[in-house]
Amino acid sequence: MDKYANRPAGEYNANYTRNLKIQGALKLVVCIFIAIVCLLPIWLLIVNATKATQDIIGNASNPLARLIPGTNMINNIKTLTSSKNGNPEFLRAFNVFYGFRNSLFISICACALSVFFSGLTAYGLTVYDFKLKNFSTTFILLVMMIPMQVVSTGFLQFMVQIKLYDNYIPLIIPAIAAPQVVFFMLQYMRSVFPLDIVEAARIDGCGEFRTFMQIGLPILKPAFAVQAIFAFVANWNNYYTPSMLLLSGDLKQKTMPMMVAAVLNNDKINDIGAKYMAVAISIIPVVVIYLFLSKYIIGGVTLGSVKG
Amino acid sequence: MQSLKPQGRKSISYAKYGYFFILPFFIVYVFFMIYPLINTFRLSLYGNGGSADTMVGFQNFKWILFGGSRPAKAIHEEFIRSLGNTVILWVGNFVPQIILSLLLAVWFTDSKVKIKGTGAFKVIMYMPNIITATSVCGLFLILFGNTKYGAVNAMLLDMGTITEPVRFVDNVTSSRIIVMFIQTWMWFGNTMILLMSGIMGIDLSLFEAASIDGASSGQVFFKITLPLLKPIFLYVLITSMIGGLQMYDVPYLFHEGAGQDAIRKQLETVAVFVYKHFHLTSPNYGYSAAASVILFFITGILGLLVYRFNTSSDDRAAAKSNRKKSKNSKLLGGF
Repeated sequence: MDKYANRPAGEYNANYTRNLKIQGALKLVVCIFIAIVCLLPIWLLIVNATKATQDIIGNASNPLARLIPGTNMINNIKTLTSSKNGNPEFLRAFNVFYGFRNSLFISICACALSVFFSGLTAYGLTVYDFKLKNFSTTFILLVMMIPMQVVSTGFLQFMVQIKLYDNYIPLIIPAIAAPQVVFFMLQYMRSVFPLDIVEAARIDGCGEFRTFMQIGLPILKPAFAVQAIFAFVANWNNYYTPSMLLLSGDLKQKTMPMMVAAVLNNDKINDIGAKYMAVAISIIPVVVIYLFLSKYIIGGVTLGSVKG
Repeated sequence: MQSLKPQGRKSISYAKYGYFFILPFFIVYVFFMIYPLINTFRLSLYGNGGSADTMVGFQNFKWILFGGSRPAKAIHEEFIRSLGNTVILWVGNFVPQIILSLLLAVWFTDSKVKIKGTGAFKVIMYMPNIITATSVCGLFLILFGNTKYGAVNAMLLDMGTITEPVRFVDNVTSSRIIVMFIQTWMWFGNTMILLMSGIMGIDLSLFEAASIDGASSGQVFFKITLPLLKPIFLYVLITSMIGGLQMYDVPYLFHEGAGQDAIRKQLETVAVFVYKHFHLTSPNYGYSAAASVILFFITGILGLLVYRFNTSSDDRAAAKSNRKKSKNSKLLGGF
């Protein structure tokens, strides 16, 4: 039946390995193509951010010239930042310093709070036995998938009522209650945390909170690192909540994504090179962080995240 | 003295510490999620704009779901359109995304045909996911700009394919395709890694047995990989649906010009509908809240499915380890 049945074994093997090699090569080509599609928009962004507007819109003799960086980078940065020769429309909508400061502040605070308190909650739910333990765990798993968008109307109205809008508090404090991070920490603790160590600490007279700080935290460190990266990136990329709550439109208060959005939807800005530069400035830090931490990020993806 | 101590210790209850440890989470959650949720339900029963303090019962739901006279008809059409857009944009990004990521996941985990540089490919393909959606949207917006300022238009003009710039952002079909492409571009790496972890969880001996029996790679894929991948596939599907219902940043920002009239009607999703009504126009909390409540029930049903997925896999693991334990103890007992 086998079409190779009457052939010598060596020929079969040679054919087989050759087929595998050809298959591998074809698949590699497809993968390279997909990788290029992934990188091309980012490459175009970097290229165009270094060009003057007339070079971007002007007719190029060779279409490939559009893929080579220009020489106008410094000028584009100046247009965005310098108060002397900058574009007033740009300066009203975009400020690199404020953008980074605000986004960094919110992201770092929210990230620290969410990782620390999720660790605390997961620790409490793993180490101790109490009446509402199962109820609380079930509750956290149940509400894990409820997104901010669903409650945003009531949230905004409530924040306006208690005058907490135009304020970073409702952007930072809710990070304490992050069901997804708790879920991840719970999984992690169940698999690695030795409960006997808590007992040992008690016998040595260590207080419960101190046990968490000095024994629980170090053991949870790997989980903390992965979740911290994700929490930071999620907060850095968040546009929905800040744009909903920071109503005043004060440039000093805006986060980076809000500034990018303001630049994009401003039809008075015709300096395309500088527009690309604004987007590039907002992307590059995240890309650099990603390239350094990609190992941890990709390892952590499988451990629970809402996607689009 | 020593013998007394452990007894004394046993009577100490540590339960209260459990409550202390989980208390901050629940206080904040109730204040920033549960109360706002209740508040959303409450607001959905109140009027809009000038009549925000009047209780109107289920009128908002009736209007946005079933329409009626003039004002009701307008809001009804807008809501149904936004639901339709959400479905179109979600399907349009999920189908190519799942096909692409399934294909790549199978390739990258294939032990027979090894692809060089799998690690680097994973890093590159996941990268779009990490970038701010706002910036990604901005990037595509200037690349596909309506006028000759857009890079794609400029390139096409260079090559002489077109003589007039194409209005990519305004055109219904092209703008939807671009948004679908952005979503696929951003999320296929994530899905691919999830599916890869699913495939790597499949018992290797099954693949070996199949290859000894002379199964083709197509047979292996349809008879082994796909059926065993079903749970993680479902998880990806449902989380993606929930994510799709929240789709906001890209559809909201993908337009040229300022103001709420500039928002492209063909891209207005449910999340954009909610945001637009409580924010940009005079506070129409009623409509937003009613739409949010509907969204909540859809998400709730989907979320329950994910919950079942998470717990059932946990339970299975627990049952497995119990069985192992009892097996071991039997063995030990036998000795």
